[in-house]
Amino acid sequence: MSILILAEHDGQQLRKAARQTISAAQAWGLPVHLLLVGDDTAAAAASAAKVAGVARVIRVDAPHLAHPLAEDVAALVVSLARDYKIVVAPHTTFAKNILPRAAALLDVAVVADVIGIKAPATYARPIYAGSVLATVENTDALQVVTVRATSFDAADDGGNAEITSLPAPAANGKSRWVSEVRNESDQPDLASAPVVVSGGRSLGEQFHQLLTPLAQKLEGAVGATRAAVDAGYAPNDWQVGQTGTIVAPGLYIAAGISGAAQHLAGMKDSKIIVAINHDPDAAIFSVADYGLVADLFEALPALTAAISK
Amino acid sequence: MKALVAIKRVIDHNIRPRIKPDGSGVETENVKMSINPFDEIAVEEALRLKTQGIVTEIVAVTIGHGHAQDVLRHALAMGADRAILVDSTAQLQPLAVSKILKAVYEREQPQLVLLGKQAIDDDAGQVGQMLAALLDIGQGTFASKLEISGNEAIVTREVDTGSETVALQLPAVITTDLRLNEPRFVKLPNLMMAKKKPIETIQATDLGIDTAPHLKVTNLAEPPARKPGIKVNSVAELVEKLRSVGAI
Ligand SMILES: Cc1cc2nc3c(=O)[nH]c(=O)nc-3n(C[C@H](O)[C@H](O)[C@H](O)COP(=O)(O)OP(=O)(O)OC[C@H]3O[C@@H](n4cnc5c(N)ncnc54)[C@H](O)[C@@H]3O)c2cc1C
Repeated sequence: MSILILAEHDGQQLRKAARQTISAAQAWGLPVHLLLVGDDTAAAAASAAKVAGVARVIRVDAPHLAHPLAEDVAALVVSLARDYKIVVAPHTTFAKNILPRAAALLDVAVVADVIGIKAPATYARPIYAGSVLATVENTDALQVVTVRATSFDAADDGGNAEITSLPAPAANGKSRWVSEVRNESDQPDLASAPVVVSGGRSLGEQFHQLLTPLAQKLEGAVGATRAAVDAGYAPNDWQVGQTGTIVAPGLYIAAGISGAAQHLAGMKDSKIIVAINHDPDAAIFSVADYGLVADLFEALPALTAAISK
Repeated sequence: MKALVAIKRVIDHNIRPRIKPDGSGVETENVKMSINPFDEIAVEEALRLKTQGIVTEIVAVTIGHGHAQDVLRHALAMGADRAILVDSTAQLQPLAVSKILKAVYEREQPQLVLLGKQAIDDDAGQVGQMLAALLDIGQGTFASKLEISGNEAIVTREVDTGSETVALQLPAVITTDLRLNEPRFVKLPNLMMAKKKPIETIQATDLGIDTAPHLKVTNLAEPPARKPGIKVNSVAELVEKLRSVGAI
């Protein structure tokens, strides 16, 4: 029996979260197969086959999979699942949409947002926005799991997997893709950036002006609180937290962020945390390695200037 | 059309959960409990569709025991027309919840099912997708915009790369994200009036559904604390510290 990873790609290569899932899956010591869906996965499959620890790359190409729908991909996963002991994917919006649907059709549970795996079936996962860590044993014969990518290192190249192709099930008649808006920016991917510079709602209209130059100097990404996104200062995919993106960069700079539990849930595993807030009692200081009690409108430009020196 | 809104009672999002001394669970006695914030957004969305004349009846449902009724009262006070309590004392996991909701769906035959995208206690985020699967209907998860157009729900979804819009044939399941709407404030007179609205009780055990847990929680623990940090006095000192540890 093997492991099936629902692997996200951008048409050319695997997303980093898929590589992190590949290394997470090594815990089971079973052959790892990747499932790639799309309208043309040739290039992504060729690059995925070179990742260490992958035994097989399964391509499923069809025009209707150019923008994969949960209804279609879940049906595909169900059709393959009986040959596998484990179906796993990173806890991204892509897999969160698909795997619970597949699991229900298979009458099995999903263990979501796993940060530690003890083979064969014991998992650590945060609950209550990370305030509690639960150890969970899954009694299902088929294990369906999503993993928190930032808890695992990305698998490197060094493999030589076989590539196979399977036909796609026909498109479902219940849903159709209409359009997408990609929040294009030249910033690195938030979830995997080595540095994240985040701001709260107090940055106001100056959100980008204050944070982007600093992020660029540090070759990092900009993140935001829910309050900053709700206010329209930052796009939704910049939200860090319980219900946004989970990050764990080498350096996280939080400016004008109060430190609500829902925000901390998304960043408290960062290696070094810097907090800048004019309220010395702000909760964010409780997780900060370096706290600076200061007005951010002065401190951020000063920090940006100091770093260029 | 009829909308079914599934809601859950959870520890209020402002409260820090505490693990029971014997480690058997998280303390919920004498702790402020509220409607799961995402579910409140689901109720609000149904109300807005009713204002638009698209939805004609809103049925709120929760699964639980005793005080679980409180969140139904909250939904009724917001404006839901009636409510169903599926009475159960069991610890239900997402698959069991979706099986129970499927039974309620089959009785009610709604055109639209609205739920929060996740409950802030278990953070599992699965019930909507599982319910749609069991019903073999379309799903629009993490919705930040919802429009009903003819026989379709047009759903804009928040995804990691931005947003995506899908069209779902009705009936369909929608799970709500934070930016779909801002729920109205419940006024006291509405809470009083809600006391007069009907809550029907169904015994979960009468539904003949296997709700046995597939997952066993064997331990609960506080996450390891970060080691305490220091305060720096100036930007210059901050930069120096960050340089000294190689962070910049
Ligand atoms: C169900 C649910 C899910 C949620 N999910 C998320 C999530 O995923 N991510 C998230 O971030 N939030 C989330 N939230 C919201 C969260 O609870 C907080 O409301 C939010 O994080 C607060 O954002 P903020 O820090 O920008 O704003 P505030 O809490 O208003 O804090 C502003 C901070 O800025 C400081 N400040 C103001 N002016 C200055 C200045 N001139 N100089 C220095 N400091 C200044 C203040 O001292 C304060 O600490 C969620 C909430 C709920 C209920």
